[in-house]
Amino acid sequence: MDIGILKESDSRDKRVAVTPKVVSKIFKLGYNVLVEEGLGSDASFYDNEYADAGAIISDTNKVWSCDIVLKINKPNLDEVNKLSKNQTLLSFFTPSIHSELLKKCAKDNVNVLSMDSVPRISRAQKMDALSSMANIAGSRAVIEAAHAFGRFFGGQITAAGKIAPANVLIIGAGVAGLSAIGTATSLGAIVRAFDTRPEVKEQVESLGGEFLTVNLDEDGSSSDGYARVMSKEFIEAEMSLFKNQCKDVDIIITTALIPGKEAPKLITKEMVSLMKPGSVIVDLASQQGGNCELCKPDEVFEYNGIKIIGYTDLPSRLPSQSSELYANNLYHILDELTPNNDGVIDINMEDDVIRGMTIIKNGEITYPPPKIQVSATPKKKDTKPELTKPVQEKKHSYIPGLIAISSLFLVGAFAPESFMNHFTVFVLSCFIGYMVIWNVTASLHTPLMSVTNAVSSIIIIGALTQISSTDLLSLIFSGLAIFIASINIFGGFAVTKRMLGMFKK
Amino acid sequence: MNLEIFNMEVVRALYIVSAVLFILTLGGLSNPETSRRGNQYGIAAMLIAVIATIFGPQVSGNYSLMIILILLGGSIGLVLSRRVKMTEMPELVAILHSLVGLAAVLVGLVNFINPAVEYFGIEKTIHSIEIYLGIFIGMVTFSGSIVAFGKLSGRISGNPLLLPAKHYLNLIMVIAVIFYGSKFVSAETIDLAFNPLIIMLIISFIFGIHLVASIGGADMPVVVSMLNSYSGWAASVTGFMLSNDLLIVVGALVGSSGAILSYIMCRAMNRSFISVIAGGFGTEAKITTSITQDQGEVKAIEIDEFKSMIMTSKKIAIIPGYGMAVAQAQFVVNEMINILKDKNIKIIFVIHPVAGRMPGHMNVLLAEAQIPYDIVYEMDEINDDFENIDLSIVIGANDIVNPSALEDPNSPIAGMPVIECWRGTYTVVLKRGMSTGYAGVENPLFFKGNTRMLFGDAKESLLKAL
Repeated sequence: MDIGILKESDSRDKRVAVTPKVVSKIFKLGYNVLVEEGLGSDASFYDNEYADAGAIISDTNKVWSCDIVLKINKPNLDEVNKLSKNQTLLSFFTPSIHSELLKKCAKDNVNVLSMDSVPRISRAQKMDALSSMANIAGSRAVIEAAHAFGRFFGGQITAAGKIAPANVLIIGAGVAGLSAIGTATSLGAIVRAFDTRPEVKEQVESLGGEFLTVNLDEDGSSSDGYARVMSKEFIEAEMSLFKNQCKDVDIIITTALIPGKEAPKLITKEMVSLMKPGSVIVDLASQQGGNCELCKPDEVFEYNGIKIIGYTDLPSRLPSQSSELYANNLYHILDELTPNNDGVIDINMEDDVIRGMTIIKNGEITYPPPKIQVSATPKKKDTKPELTKPVQEKKHSYIPGLIAISSLFLVGAFAPESFMNHFTVFVLSCFIGYMVIWNVTASLHTPLMSVTNAVSSIIIIGALTQISSTDLLSLIFSGLAIFIASINIFGGFAVTKRMLGMFKK
Repeated sequence: MNLEIFNMEVVRALYIVSAVLFILTLGGLSNPETSRRGNQYGIAAMLIAVIATIFGPQVSGNYSLMIILILLGGSIGLVLSRRVKMTEMPELVAILHSLVGLAAVLVGLVNFINPAVEYFGIEKTIHSIEIYLGIFIGMVTFSGSIVAFGKLSGRISGNPLLLPAKHYLNLIMVIAVIFYGSKFVSAETIDLAFNPLIIMLIISFIFGIHLVASIGGADMPVVVSMLNSYSGWAASVTGFMLSNDLLIVVGALVGSSGAILSYIMCRAMNRSFISVIAGGFGTEAKITTSITQDQGEVKAIEIDEFKSMIMTSKKIAIIPGYGMAVAQAQFVVNEMINILKDKNIKIIFVIHPVAGRMPGHMNVLLAEAQIPYDIVYEMDEINDDFENIDLSIVIGANDIVNPSALEDPNSPIAGMPVIECWRGTYTVVLKRGMSTGYAGVENPLFFKGNTRMLFGDAKESLLKAL
């Protein structure tokens, strides 16, 4: 089958759905790849690289005639009209919001797979383009804030005086929030983060952020992996927390989004006016109305000297990076869709991941999919299993010691003197052996075995004392014993020497 | 011709020197620096002991035969030691054990046929017991080592031999050996004692075979060190028999050395010595993989991504298993170290006590590839420190990095200490496919969020990543 990669119709978007590297991987799945001329030039991927990777450079119409077309943003009306019979489209879609568009696409046996409808299960992480983009957006948000902020992020002590580090508040510790925490801490800022889901505390702290909580026992996690809407009391407590924070922080980055719903208003006009002049707010939810009351999509709005950044195209501001991640996500989906690596797409509705993202199958709307319980996060605390290590417990028992002493007594009572002499030597040697061997380093255990092998051939002296015998059988036996013991002595010492020679510092 | 130069007192004195040098030999192994001198002490000790004996009052003839046999055997030994590959060390050690066992049997038999000293009363009883016991231990060492050699070299299947009622079989054989032992000891003449001795030889031969044959491949390190111990005890009992203190001392040193190694190996697998000896690994626990809930999916990566993971790490831990030696990947790993050293990336090796086929085998294999021993660490030294390690690369190992040993009390390997690499930032497992290890247990490590799988031949993968 042919796969066509489309240029984004929105000329402001610099990203591209597939990079040259991924073209060659798609090729291995058995597909032919057609790309539009000048496809990735905005993201620094050029036609010759695509051609080298095995793609055919062609014009828009040819690409539209492919069996499968790939892009990033949801199709516009013009593009929907171009969708032809039996064609399959993979792109972002957000079917929960764009239901009109969804209806228009449902025609002519067309299949549409929405990149943002990948279920949030661990198996599908590698296909989750939404997370990839959120990661980039979160990081870029910090960079935009730093750009607009008139100060350093990190503290310094200079000859001219001390510079205090910037205080950053990050609201929502999802993928974007965590990415923002990481970027901000690595710039040297002091970072605090708030989230309604208590289980992300550890992740926040692992990135060097401080986790803020309200003193109310309510868990904001839900079974689909996103946060849910909280109760009124909780929201009030949360708002007063933000209000207090606003007086203190220099940068606020908001990432609070609940899928398919308008973004919650978390930062009010009143709170903004509490902030210091020169502070910056970056609102990652601006596309869905913004977490900040004053946010204006795609604009930098200034209020009382406080900049409120509402860019909606943050991933596109890092076009090469976001294209690379999106392309990888796309590849993993195609890999899943092509179980036989034969270049034929198989939309297997039994597969949870494919089922979840298929919103139109054979011209029929299949959205929303049946619910699957997925999230790995809402594990209750009590699920931590008690580790019962079946390590054998050592019991100090006196019985073996008593047995040893009484048997020694018995031996002493009956054995002749000559035996007792040898026995004394034997027991003491065992103890010397015990003491010495515990000191042998574990890395030399193999040489230890080969050298003890040679050493135990000391039995040769037993055979030597017998070889003077005149009895033929004794002579043969002891001769044989000398022979094999010598193999052992020479072989054992030589191989030990060889091994020890290898141990170099 | 009689070359008696030393009288018995001088011989005794030289034996003391020899015994002290043998102790220093083992003491030298506490550290790679002193170990080479230790080996020289051993050679000197052996030389002194042999010369003292030859020129002592106990040897009175057949000197040329003696010298010829020593030189003949010695040259075979030298050739063997040159030819052996380091991966074949366990086989060599096993076959050498069998020789010690056989020598003990032969010396015991000669002493039985042609006793140098007449004993009476209780001394005779003790002497008979010593002969009988020496021959028994020697024979078990001999036949057991041969089976171990066969298993290690792949000539015999590594699977445990599971005869019905094998425990009873062993018990019956031990009882029979004791029974014929009492007959042997109470026999009035040599002729009467002969039959019980022959029967015991046959039984102990079978006993040795059965003992090792019923032990599984994963337990081979224990078996090899156990046989090491037996060969020492055989020498020690022979010393009692011949009233030779040097043999007693040296045999006891070797015997306790092997016993300690067996203990260390058993502890490293959280198994008791008895259970190792009594049966094959994984045979008693029916593996119920019903607990395999949705473990998620493994994340496979390509060479490029592996390479970039290596280059962005600061501290890398390599966890080798025997699979690395099979793939001969240790030489590539050494090259990798040299390349990465220039890039200021620190590499360490972490070795599990039971990695490889005999105690310390992995260390020798790494040393052979000229990997410096001061970057090779034991499991216990690193386990608490994985937080500081950016990348762990698991090469040809499976069970020794299995978290279910700690997390799943129902796992057949529960309680076994393992290398906890999953506590580091990332782990990459180089592996051919998704097969299980020796123990036949699924490995949840492969499904952990911070684990990546790189499928394919370990050596090729590493070569490509360089």
